[in-house]
Amino acid sequence: MNTRTKTPDVTVWEVEVRPTKGEIDREAERVLAESRNMGLRSVRRVMSARSFLLEGRLDAPAVQRAAEELLADPVVESYRVRCAAETAQDEPVPEGLRLLNVLFHPGVTDNVGESTRRALVDLGFEVGAAATARKYWINDDISDRDFARLCRRVLANEAIEHIVIGPLHLHRLHVGGEYRFQKIVVPLRDAEDETLLRISREGGLSLNLQEMHTIRDHFREVGREPTDIELETIAQTWSEHCSHKTLTGPVVYRDEHGEQRFENLLKETIFAATQTLRRQWGRRDWCVSVFRDNAGVVRFNERYDVCFKVETHNHPSAIEPYGGANTGIGGVIRDPLGTGLGAKPVCNTDVFCFAPPTFPDEQLPPGVLPPRAVIRGVVAGVRDYGNRMGIPTVNGAVYFDDRYLGNPLVYCGNVALLPVGKHEKRVEPGDLIVVVGGRTGRDGIHGATFSSVELTEESETASGGAVQIGNAITEKMLLEVLLQARDRGLYHAITDCGAGGFSSAVGEMGAETGAEVWLEKAPLKYSGLSYTEIWISEAQERMVLALPPENWDAFRRLCEAEGVEAAVIGRFTNTRRLALFYDGRQVGDLSMDFLHHGRPRIVREACYRPPATRPLVPATTTDWGPTLKRILGSWNVCSKEWIIRQYDHEVQAGSVVKPLVGRTEDGPGDAAVLRPDLQSRRGIAVACGMNPLYGDLDPYWMAASAIDEAVRNCVAVGADPERIAILDNFCWGNTERPETLGSLVRAATACRDIALAYGTPFISGKDSLYNEFSYQRPDGSRETVVIPGSLLISALGQIEDVDRAVTMDLKRPGNRLLLVGETADELGGTHFALVTGASGGRVPRVRAKLARRIFASTHHAIRDGLVAACHDLSEGGLAAAAAEMAFAGAIGAELDLTPLAEATGLRNEATLLFSESNSRFLLEVAPENLHAVRERFADLPVVELGQTTDAGRLRIRGLRQTWIVDESLDELKNAWQQPLDW
Amino acid sequence: MARPRVCVIRAPGTNCDVETAHAFRLCGAQAERTHLFALLREPRRLHDFQILCIPGGFSYGDDIGAGVIFGTQLRVHLADALAEFLQRDTLVLGICNGFQVLVKSGLLPDGPGGLSKGGGGPSRRRVTLTWNDNGRYTCRWVSLRVDNPRNAFLRNLETLELPVAHAEGRIAVSRSDLLPRWRANGQIALSYTWHTALLGTTLPAGPNHMAASAGGRPAAASGGTAAAEVSVLPYPHNPNGSVGNIAGLSDPSGRILGLMPHPERYLFAHQHPRWTRGDAREPGDGMALFRNAVDYYA
Repeated sequence: MNTRTKTPDVTVWEVEVRPTKGEIDREAERVLAESRNMGLRSVRRVMSARSFLLEGRLDAPAVQRAAEELLADPVVESYRVRCAAETAQDEPVPEGLRLLNVLFHPGVTDNVGESTRRALVDLGFEVGAAATARKYWINDDISDRDFARLCRRVLANEAIEHIVIGPLHLHRLHVGGEYRFQKIVVPLRDAEDETLLRISREGGLSLNLQEMHTIRDHFREVGREPTDIELETIAQTWSEHCSHKTLTGPVVYRDEHGEQRFENLLKETIFAATQTLRRQWGRRDWCVSVFRDNAGVVRFNERYDVCFKVETHNHPSAIEPYGGANTGIGGVIRDPLGTGLGAKPVCNTDVFCFAPPTFPDEQLPPGVLPPRAVIRGVVAGVRDYGNRMGIPTVNGAVYFDDRYLGNPLVYCGNVALLPVGKHEKRVEPGDLIVVVGGRTGRDGIHGATFSSVELTEESETASGGAVQIGNAITEKMLLEVLLQARDRGLYHAITDCGAGGFSSAVGEMGAETGAEVWLEKAPLKYSGLSYTEIWISEAQERMVLALPPENWDAFRRLCEAEGVEAAVIGRFTNTRRLALFYDGRQVGDLSMDFLHHGRPRIVREACYRPPATRPLVPATTTDWGPTLKRILGSWNVCSKEWIIRQYDHEVQAGSVVKPLVGRTEDGPGDAAVLRPDLQSRRGIAVACGMNPLYGDLDPYWMAASAIDEAVRNCVAVGADPERIAILDNFCWGNTERPETLGSLVRAATACRDIALAYGTPFISGKDSLYNEFSYQRPDGSRETVVIPGSLLISALGQIEDVDRAVTMDLKRPGNRLLLVGETADELGGTHFALVTGASGGRVPRVRAKLARRIFASTHHAIRDGLVAACHDLSEGGLAAAAAEMAFAGAIGAELDLTPLAEATGLRNEATLLFSESNSRFLLEVAPENLHAVRERFADLPVVELGQTTDAGRLRIRGLRQTWIVDESLDELKNAWQQPLDW
Repeated sequence: MARPRVCVIRAPGTNCDVETAHAFRLCGAQAERTHLFALLREPRRLHDFQILCIPGGFSYGDDIGAGVIFGTQLRVHLADALAEFLQRDTLVLGICNGFQVLVKSGLLPDGPGGLSKGGGGPSRRRVTLTWNDNGRYTCRWVSLRVDNPRNAFLRNLETLELPVAHAEGRIAVSRSDLLPRWRANGQIALSYTWHTALLGTTLPAGPNHMAASAGGRPAAASGGTAAAEVSVLPYPHNPNGSVGNIAGLSDPSGRILGLMPHPERYLFAHQHPRWTRGDAREPGDGMALFRNAVDYYA
């Protein structure tokens, strides 16, 4: 065929790019390393390539030029071009190797593919579509068993990708199809219970029978059958994910103190505490907007308020860790952006719960990804989104427990600055409904209803549509235009398109007015979407605005100038109805009142029975060093540097106390401190607290301890304890079981009590229920793994002048070490119990009145510049805190337990060393400041335990005057760093 | 005093533009954040400026490769405007992603000649910024030595501490004679050196760290690209395995500088990781680069 003289036909070309000889083939190395980890011994040789698939009117020289100009780096890569449509161009696969291609499923977001297409078009190439693939060559004598596991576990994730063996043959890359409008009506009015349940199940609606009855009765009243889009809208709006019907509904709770009834659990516990505090503060109230917008808002300085929100993205992360975490962070960034008139993100947080990476692969239940793969994927997902957005990720934690195996938890948070006075929004009838940002595709359909059911081994395949990959650059561009539009006052209201897509965003914004939506106007990623798919798609990076028509031109021009897409998809009305149209034909008409207030109230039963208490009798030894090292090396405590350094924690240049601190810049900081407004010295402190192990003994004290931990972490770096706002994120199992809901109720009551006692308001929160994984065991029985009740408390502190911040690393030899706070015999649920295999014991409690005074005094001492280093006591108690301070500062320490024994009356060395009693700090104080510090703690528990040294060792003298811990700092630090040194 | 006008370009995915413009302003410049699309529509806008700065970020997501698409835009659409810009007594600064853009466009290391079609296009490129030796994005502080204190941005400077935050910061070259030539021309502007924080302690310096005493290794081992005359320092002193420990490159005139570390992130003592230990300076080391650029027009 002569291609020189005429325009080439549309065909698909492949450009295969490989590292040149001598450059490391990193992807191949990853595959080999993962194979080794999983014991796939017959995987011996791997090569990899990245591959670009280009569809267009191209001939070989043009593709060659595209490769040279754009696709391959001439210094470190080589490339090869072939026509993927012609089998004649297949090069034989090298002897002894098998070729595999990993491609995205059609419709899955391919960011690099789309960027490639645009860049090539910009260079003048006639490229209609571009996609990417990964190629692998594997030794072909691999065993069948290893091959299958390699494909499933290492090379591709079936939720978003598929594997093609041998050379690729493709004639088209085109996705999408034709859509022929057809209005779908669902006969419901005469349906029996069985049919109603079938409709809910088959439609993926996650509505229960009582809810289906309510809907049926409503349409009987209206006098017609509902359409599919109406049912979907109701299902999305009433979903657990969107409405939090369990926690805002009535609950009857029984425990050892008797029975209590809540009409609205959250309102009567967590909200109530905040309302009480605000009333007490009166004109000194520093809350601005709490529990009503996408994020909580409090006062910061004269120019800005500050918002905070933490969300979870658990189920998507279980199925596709990278995409789940990626869209988790992308989603939570849109929360502050959709708060008030839009806030500018200043930092991210992330907290993860995983099964330990050492969990044996051969014991994995079907449908469960190996923990190592989940961990790597989740970390990479957060990294790639947060870093690209230019938002520093500054705080986090990781908790490990076997019970997170099939249902890992991914909490993502965002703090943002909102100019003072921009916290109110108001939709006006007549405003245009404008969607801005990413296009709508089939991705993420049924995310809201999917996250309201438990996972099973089928979820990996059945829920593929709910899994997505984000595009951080689209969101970054969106952020830039929105902040400009906000400052120009172009819109009246804004919200994010999260779970439920347009249905939730428009439904919520128009709840008080009414809305009319023209679904065919939404920009689509590809053709073929039905009106219902457009309405409920959860495609990422979209925001919805209420824009006065007269501002549309200005807004459109602003978007065009920055390459952001915006479209009018309807208008807000004054009808209090939600009217949905496709190409002028009405497909839905719902009363806003029924949608938002029609949900039946379901009374839930909850009960809690305290487990039998058993004393914990610690073993005795003359050398506690090995136990201390085991605690430092335990999964929860060990260094998370491998994760932290993959996040940009410095971008925006506001960093004051980094996540890693100390002499060699790698010790564990208590909280991050930032200066978010470069014009001001006022700072924020961001921290978290969580301890699922305590919950096994008592969820009440678990919740109290989590609040205490989050608050004391902020106080430890210098934040003012009277200006700390907190968030609750409950991740629980299936609360339809009374005992599961009972433990949640118990935790919620602790939240109320401690928030009130500390003067620490909750300003926002979120719950994620149904975190369970069920599967069939080889013997045919069903096994359900329920996560431990996991309450994350995130804290946002403030510090008047960042210059007053302190870090936890010891600063110089010859300083004194003071323990402040009360030490009690509280070893239950501690890391001492965990590493020694002890059970029972008393769970750490919170003595709230005393705690508040200790926080105040600690803060005053820090504020007055009297404290050289401050570290809170948490997992591993006094011994772990002292060890961390010493190795972070590369300064030795000598402590004596006798004064602590005398002050507390405790005679057991293990208790003194490892008790995790709350509200305690270890302070390093220069001798000349000792008196002034002691004055600030007059009539509070404070014990001088020893001093810092230049010996490079941590030594702790026991009650018989011998050294019961005597370890070099190198060894302690090594024990702490080694486990996650990946 | 003259107030030079600085054009801080932001493309889709640029994310250090605000703090970089802030740094220039603190030093007395008039800095304007300008969208790349506005320059592409109207390249003449460059006439209004004395300093052009491409800040850090992930331009176009770094899809295809770090800085590739932005660099291609400069090369294809703005080559003439940039050549004209550089004919005046102007300065160009590329930080992190901006450095990657300057290299991928061809403007570094050889100046505007590398941009033009006569330069041979991207396939003739002999230098690149590619994946860190450790294979992942890495955020940490490094210590730097100024190799060419005659560079407009580095005048009178000897050593700096700054943070790096990148995945593709390793300089690799395809010809071994480039380094001696660059050295002779004063184009090697900044190098990674033993990191201050890790000296004078026997403590292990963190996951995957080799002890500071482990010594360097020959550059050739870092991948088959050309060997250099300087042995490559171990991680984390050289955080990415860059050939010759190069952290920043200049054109022969000393008016164009590209560097991987972020000077805009160390303007004040409290941005330093060890300021609570009294190890930081006020102002921070990064301020001097911006001050030098402004003072160039004094």
